[in-house]
Amino acid sequence: MKLTKLSALVATTAMCAPMAMAQDMANEMTIVSWGGSYSASQKNAYHDPYTAKTGVKIINDESSAEAVAKIRAMNEAGNVTWDVVDVVASDAMRLCDEGLAEEIDHDAVLAAAPDGTSASEDFGNLIVSECFVPQIVYSTTFGYRTDLVGDTAPTSVCDIFDLEAYPGKRSLQKRPIDNMEWALYCDGVAKEDIYDVLGTAEGVAQGLAKLDTIKDQVVWWTAGAETPQLLADGEVVMGSTFNGRLFSAIAEQNQPIGMLWDMQSFDLDGWIIPAGLSPERKARALDYLNFATDTQRLADQAKYISYGPARASSAPLVGKHAELGIEMAPHMPTDPANATNVHTYDYEWWADNRDDLDAKFQAWLAK
Amino acid sequence: MALTPVENQTPGFVAAVAAASGAFFGLFVGTSQGSGLMGIVIGAALLAVLGFVFTSMTDKEKPIRWALLAVFIVIGFVLAGLPAAVVGGLFGWFAGWFIFWLATSRYRSRLAPYLTSGQVLWHFTFRVICGAIFVFLITPILVVMPLSFNSQDFFTFTPEMLRFDPEGYSLKHYRDFFSNQDWQNALWNSVRIAPMATLLSVSFGTLAAIGLSQPHVPFRRAIMAILISPMIVPLIISAAGMYFFYSRLGLQGTYFGVVLAHAVLGIPFVIITVTATLVGFDRSLTRAAANMGADPVTTFFRIQMPLILPGVISGGLFAFITSFDEVVVVLFVGSAGQKTLPWQMFIGLREQISPTILAVATILVAISIALLATLELLRRRSERLRGMSPS
Repeated sequence: MKLTKLSALVATTAMCAPMAMAQDMANEMTIVSWGGSYSASQKNAYHDPYTAKTGVKIINDESSAEAVAKIRAMNEAGNVTWDVVDVVASDAMRLCDEGLAEEIDHDAVLAAAPDGTSASEDFGNLIVSECFVPQIVYSTTFGYRTDLVGDTAPTSVCDIFDLEAYPGKRSLQKRPIDNMEWALYCDGVAKEDIYDVLGTAEGVAQGLAKLDTIKDQVVWWTAGAETPQLLADGEVVMGSTFNGRLFSAIAEQNQPIGMLWDMQSFDLDGWIIPAGLSPERKARALDYLNFATDTQRLADQAKYISYGPARASSAPLVGKHAELGIEMAPHMPTDPANATNVHTYDYEWWADNRDDLDAKFQAWLAK
Repeated sequence: MALTPVENQTPGFVAAVAAASGAFFGLFVGTSQGSGLMGIVIGAALLAVLGFVFTSMTDKEKPIRWALLAVFIVIGFVLAGLPAAVVGGLFGWFAGWFIFWLATSRYRSRLAPYLTSGQVLWHFTFRVICGAIFVFLITPILVVMPLSFNSQDFFTFTPEMLRFDPEGYSLKHYRDFFSNQDWQNALWNSVRIAPMATLLSVSFGTLAAIGLSQPHVPFRRAIMAILISPMIVPLIISAAGMYFFYSRLGLQGTYFGVVLAHAVLGIPFVIITVTATLVGFDRSLTRAAANMGADPVTTFFRIQMPLILPGVISGGLFAFITSFDEVVVVLFVGSAGQKTLPWQMFIGLREQISPTILAVATILVAISIALLATLELLRRRSERLRGMSPS
């Protein structure tokens, strides 16, 4: 009796398996992103309306952090399972250089602005690569505990290096990008000379020496969620992270955290289409991009997260937060009040020097 | 059960030992208040004085212990409210018990009379060390549970939680788990993948173990080594290899691919546990069955299987837990459509430190405990039915 049941079960499994395999490629696409509230904002602003319009089911994969390595592996294995991938601009440039991402004719594929401005003009100089469709402008900036900084809240990025006025731990991202620039800036290097100085061995030594002054007070983070957690715990007095994370900690979770926008480091995030898709899948991916990056859609995303839409024509459409009903414009990194002193991060320079500085930075960390 | 006749201790001895324990607890309380050293000094002094005074009053043990308990609760409450009252109460109870335990020499009476004082000291030090290891192992799991009822979206004990204010607690992370589509898909995927992988591991593993236990099979050791290798090769290497292999076969990113990969990981556990039970298996039983006309399949299910069942079940349990806990291989072999619970927890931890993960962890711990307890009860029951006493 037991035996027959068991064999029946095994037989059904064996029969079901090929069916499960066959239905995979039906009417669905896999979109890769960063997860968390960011993926949620994309789901609300792009995925759900697209599914409602076309009936295409969208599977969200939260693998953007290892996108470059995975796309390489997929390409090598000849089995590309992703349709559209959300990556930062520097990753898009790398993938494009290696031929792992499709080149896109922006004006042919993307929608024009409502007033007829062409897509390439609307995105302007944010199109940093032939393969890249910009989506948002975000920044890496600082948050501080309002109750732990005393009477005078920090106003300058150099307060990070001021252990006397603001004693306590601070959290910084475990990578040289941004940290080296901030260190040199606070060591008296003029903003426009930062990359010239950083290009020399002495400049690197100078930056690391500045970071050395706070090294034993630094908690190094790798995931964007860590600084908000550390601030909420009161483990750190101030820390860097992506501005959207700080916004949700402040506005949605009512944490006693203040924003320090000085010398915020702008970066771009957007879409690429991996190379090697079948013609039907590529056409569907392009159709999705056309839909998801039009003026209204990009402005809609800003209802859910405080990242600036990449189209110039979307900016006036940015409205109120979908649940909290607060105006989103003042929380955007691109808002004039927040952008009085910004640091523009040089992709080209970092693309050329990243490996070298990473090695030096890691060696310094281990010391 | 007193083994050794004892006398009451001198106040000096009790005070010294009590002071040592006071210093130990003082260290924790002191550290949490900002000064470990102050805690040690205050704790030691407090218990030394109490020990010294109460040693001469062993006849009034009960009332003194109740009084101590009450006094510590009140002091704790006055200093820092309800949580401190609980800590104070525990501390007061311990102080009363410990001092009288020392003063009346109860600690000595149960030990053999010939032990030297050094051996007595080691006897209790050993127990303290064991207790410390136990605490070290279990605390991370216990800390997770109250945090999963946090009403905030962080892994933080808020002041409201520490005050036992109902405002600080909520079930919203459990609600999130049961209503969020991502988590429900992940749960459903895990529930679909793990039992099937277990079934495959158990069938193949048991057959392999029985085959490899036959003395006439050639290259037994080599075959065994190959079958066990998924357990020894670093997981990331198996995962990368499977990724490229399965991609070419068209199994990558499919349900069946993940099930197969997990079955491969589970087979070594089944082989090892079944091989171990087969060591005690008497081959003449199968010959006897054959002699009575049973074919090999009947012999297997009627004679061999019931006897090696404990090994099969524990191997299956390991295989199930391997599949249910596994994150590395599924990240490679699966695609977003096969996202399992550990995968969802992994990305959740990386991208958003959300207490939903803690709620899931608590649920999983509860299920594991229930599973193991059921298994143990069933085992005892079957042993009782077979007339064996549970060991």
